Amino acid sequence: MKALICIGHVPDTTSKVKFTDGDTKFDTTDIQYIVGPYEELALTRLLDMKDAGTEMHITAINVGTSETEATLRKALAMGADEAVRVNADPTDAAFVAKQIAEVYKNGEFDCVVTGKESIDYNGGQVEGMIGAFLDIPSVSGASLFELDGQDVKLEQEIDGGKQVLSASFPFVVSAGKGFAKEPRIPNMRGIMMARRKKLEVVEPIEHNNMTEVVKHYLPEAKPACKLVPADNVEELVRLLHEEAKVI
Amino acid sequence: MAVLIYTENFDGKFKKASYELISYGVEIAKQLGTETIAVTIGEIGEESLKELGKYGAKKVFKVGNDELKDFSAQAYTALIQQVATNNNADIIIFGNNPSGKAIAPRLAVEMNAGLAAAVVAIPSSMSPFTVKKRAYSGKAFADVVVNSDVKIITLSQNSYKVVEAPEDIAIEDFVAEIPANSYLVKPTDVVKNTGKLSVTDADILVSAGRGLKAAENWGMVEEMAEILGAGLSCSRPVSDLGWRSHDEHVGQTGKVVSPNLYIAVGISGAVQHLAGVNGSKVMVCINTDSDAPFFEAADYGIVGDAFDVVPKLNEAFKKFISEG
Repeated sequence: MKALICIGHVPDTTSKVKFTDGDTKFDTTDIQYIVGPYEELALTRLLDMKDAGTEMHITAINVGTSETEATLRKALAMGADEAVRVNADPTDAAFVAKQIAEVYKNGEFDCVVTGKESIDYNGGQVEGMIGAFLDIPSVSGASLFELDGQDVKLEQEIDGGKQVLSASFPFVVSAGKGFAKEPRIPNMRGIMMARRKKLEVVEPIEHNNMTEVVKHYLPEAKPACKLVPADNVEELVRLLHEEAKVI
Repeated sequence: MAVLIYTENFDGKFKKASYELISYGVEIAKQLGTETIAVTIGEIGEESLKELGKYGAKKVFKVGNDELKDFSAQAYTALIQQVATNNNADIIIFGNNPSGKAIAPRLAVEMNAGLAAAVVAIPSSMSPFTVKKRAYSGKAFADVVVNSDVKIITLSQNSYKVVEAPEDIAIEDFVAEIPANSYLVKPTDVVKNTGKLSVTDADILVSAGRGLKAAENWGMVEEMAEILGAGLSCSRPVSDLGWRSHDEHVGQTGKVVSPNLYIAVGISGAVQHLAGVNGSKVMVCINTDSDAPFFEAADYGIVGDAFDVVPKLNEAFKKFISEG
């Protein structure tokens, strides 16, 4: 199986979010970047399958500037075989999807695997857009990915439940919770080997942006928490009913 | 011009989330001087369809294709594209739920449309078309301008009010042409979440964390959820430890929720957890540690031992509800 896996380059989940340039840009001061948590699960699952004996070649891809190479190296250290960086500062999801679809077309891949959403823009758009650009099936927020003979057994979240699917290649799937149990942490050997693995840089193809982020906001500061004494829980019930009007 | 809404029905019934989408679409249509139409798939009676009229939809297309019984992002995209094109819809709205997330991106590519996902408010400007969306997993918001002729939105649940605006709704049957390759990924089974209020649908969520110490201590929070007609959720460590299922995990890497009331029991309030829940209207924190970060985000709090506070609170809720 030859998999093309999209690796998001996102701020660490513990980051305090701040903006700069009149709230138009994310403030990267003191920000640590990581492999997106869902992409981490996706890659872990593929590596688990490889360890269990599945023939597997994993190519990690990111659409980004040279800053994202450290994140791609992390994916290589986890165990991806090679990496591709499409050299661009991406502005919207369709642009990213278009670039990944192009790399897919120029390679010989069986499937594309993404995380279900990035933790910065939370669009969750790339997987479906790749599917549409390539005219191949797309499966969103999968919680299971398992080989079943020539096919792949998948589970995808649908409204009000889960759908069990039998997929033959090619397809694109985005990984949600449950795709793998614990994300893999690179070991020293992996980190050493990652330095020697191939990281190819390709130039982007043209695509017009249809969306543009123009301003950011932080959530409004909340008034201080009203504390209710533990021996007067009735007061909390009264406040929720009379003041907050939520019960 | 028209605003088209994809409304999902569950065994022939709509949920409140669909009425929210209609109300949201109707407000946009009003500002643009156009109409709101809806599309729904599967067996559904006239009475249920008329409900959409109550909130201001002018017309609903009822799609009866048998092959659409099973969800397929490709097939559903093709159908919605046909309805949109036939009716010159230039704004297409989905819930930011599993089907919306699966269909909207494909539709955006097929219709050469810009997509704003996880939107939380009515557009602040129609030209340029500007909407506010969730970003950084609940830690921030962003204004997005959509430049294309056709615009697609997925609306975060509980972001807009449900408003009655009765219209005499027209019901029209629609048969879609489904592309032959739509079911290459074959659905083999569906597992429905029966009898359980899903965490994203619940108006009230009772959530518990590692402070409860063990899986067998969940009885008292289950009881609270039952008394309040609430859904149950949990923090990440709890689902990672296997005390509760992953479906219940809310937070940055779990489900992002925005109920009217979120009651957090024994959850310290790590930044990743708060990111997933701070869209809640009102938050209550119950924790032994008065320095727990959740108290900074919560509207109301009780510093105390959950094993002491929760049973007393359950009695107080019961008394409140029985006295109506």
